[in-house]
Amino acid sequence: MKTLNRRDFGVAVAAAILIPVTTARADDSNMEVHIDNFVFQPPELKIKVGTTITWTNRDDIPHTVVSAGKFRSKTLDTDDKFTFTFTNAGDYKYFCSLHPHMTGMIKVE
Amino acid sequence: MSGHDHGDDGVSRRKVLECMTWAGTGVLWTITGGVPRSLGIIDSAEAATAAAPGMTFLQISDSHVGFDKPANPNALGTLEEAVNKINAMPVKPSFMIHTGDITHLSKASEFDNADRIISQSKLDVHYVPGEHDFLDEEVKFYRERYGRGTKGAGWYSFDAGGVHFVGLVNVVDLKGGGLGNLGAEQLAWLEDDLRGKSKSTPIVLFAHIPLWTVYPEWGWGTEDGGRALEYVKGFGSVTVLNGHIHQVMQKVEGNVTFHTARSTAFPQPAPGTAASPGPMKVEDAKLRSMLGVASINFKQNEQRLAIIDTPLQG
Ligand SMILES: [Cu+2]
Repeated sequence: MKTLNRRDFGVAVAAAILIPVTTARADDSNMEVHIDNFVFQPPELKIKVGTTITWTNRDDIPHTVVSAGKFRSKTLDTDDKFTFTFTNAGDYKYFCSLHPHMTGMIKVE
Repeated sequence: MSGHDHGDDGVSRRKVLECMTWAGTGVLWTITGGVPRSLGIIDSAEAATAAAPGMTFLQISDSHVGFDKPANPNALGTLEEAVNKINAMPVKPSFMIHTGDITHLSKASEFDNADRIISQSKLDVHYVPGEHDFLDEEVKFYRERYGRGTKGAGWYSFDAGGVHFVGLVNVVDLKGGGLGNLGAEQLAWLEDDLRGKSKSTPIVLFAHIPLWTVYPEWGWGTEDGGRALEYVKGFGSVTVLNGHIHQVMQKVEGNVTFHTARSTAFPQPAPGTAASPGPMKVEDAKLRSMLGVASINFKQNEQRLAIIDTPLQG
């Protein structure tokens, strides 16, 4: 599993290098949060309204991404993703409903 | 190594060390007046003999049927090994409890497979759910199979062999930043359930997540577990059994013995010894020494409790 993740990461990095700067800037509206070792990484993100965030579970254990009343992912098995677009400003505290000590924050301005 | 009694006058240092060396083989504990004593190291055959003629029941936990990652690519297979081990015991236990995470992803097929294997033990099984058993959108698979006659999310009590058993659910409605959770409704029910019981009735509480605080940094504890423990304070013999942390852990506080069973699927690291509590990959040859089942024996009128942890392989 670890090997696979590392390989995926390599591919992602290679792809990013090939994308021209202008496209990369347009990509600012898409951001990523990874779950590694029961931690949301990065644990806090500051984004603009309209940004889409994709969470990817890289652990061998399922997790969820839940912000009470705001968004709630299905159970994410290994390598599953959850995507949410933030259309309103505000602070979005979120956590994993299976492992509630896992918490994160998205600040939308 | 054969079973040996440490005697009534206490445990000699030499023998304690001896027992620790062999801890992987299974330790028989007896509790007398709240003080644990190791009777020595025994294999399952000797354990069953030593345990007789009291009431014996088995605990099995964290089967994670459906788990197929490197830590154990065949969780269903090791569950079957555990059931074979149970079937080979010379004395048939009265029944079995399963302390949750029967499945890994709450899929109907995973529940089916778990049922098919566990039913080969031909034992009555009393379940409580783990958080992995409540992952289906409508949270109905567990309840339809195991929830009959239970209250709320699946809590209940029953009596067997003069012991009062209470199955608790602490895996629903978990709050951000928190631990396991019983909730006000369940606590009120528990208080009511215990009311009027004679204080000499041995009590066994079982739940998935530890009711005691093992390691809050990894969520290994129950926010309002202390409330449940208050309700059992006056009882002479209380045993609290759980799973969730996939390793044997035991402590005694007054008349309360806390005990965590191994998983039948994969080991997890000791508190704080790894970056996360996730599945721990060990050498293939070592895996089965870190999986297993527990059998618990009560000797009536003696307030003696013996817990025997048996790994799948010594
Ligand atoms: Cu989680």
